Amino acid sequence: MAMLHIVNKSPFERVAFESCLNHASAGDSILMIEDAAVGAVKNTRFSESIEAALKDKSVYVLSGDLAARGLSEDRIITGVTAVDYAGFVDLTVDNDTTQSWL
Amino acid sequence: MKYTLMINEGPYQHQSSDTALQFARAALEKGHEIYRVFFYHDGVNNGTRLSAPPQDDRQIQKEWSELAKQHDLDLVICIAAAQRRGLMDADEAKRQGMDADNIIEGFRISGLGQLIEGGIQADRTLVFGD
Repeated sequence: MAMLHIVNKSPFERVAFESCLNHASAGDSILMIEDAAVGAVKNTRFSESIEAALKDKSVYVLSGDLAARGLSEDRIITGVTAVDYAGFVDLTVDNDTTQSWL
Repeated sequence: MKYTLMINEGPYQHQSSDTALQFARAALEKGHEIYRVFFYHDGVNNGTRLSAPPQDDRQIQKEWSELAKQHDLDLVICIAAAQRRGLMDADEAKRQGMDADNIIEGFRISGLGQLIEGGIQADRTLVFGD
């Protein structure tokens, strides 16, 4: 049972993202939306955690929310995939359940 | 695939109402069904017709209302959350002895049971909130 974890808070502000990474299982997907999009940027104090998660999980960021924060896709961690809303919908189809880390 | 969406955030708190609206549009565009959208907590404020933001501002209540009309969506406002925040339909206004109602077209007021039933009927339930 693969789960889509949806995170919407910056990892530099709240611990929800960190909790999510600690709870997500191998094979799960993690999608960063809203303020969590800043967590996709490389070379931050949080990026190592994402890189570790990428070993056995898929990580995505909502492209519109990234752009809305002035961040271009060439700044995101290698292995993190930018998706649009259609891609967001597909992720909810491909995973059996979803969890919003509010 | 059938979806139930739950929205727990008002239109001027953060971003979740917009995220949910765009998700709903994308899902409908792909041919999925939105079985129900349940508005809870401050999320009930997405259902007022008396919000009058500047013309060049986003009109989120109207956008939900129009999407509901286009796709025959079931937009449900939690009654207990609505009573606390001054959201009334005509029946509820009458029952409470109020002089006005303010629910925008396309929304209806009901109870938490609608959320539970939505979760049972849908293949996926997504929560949007702060």
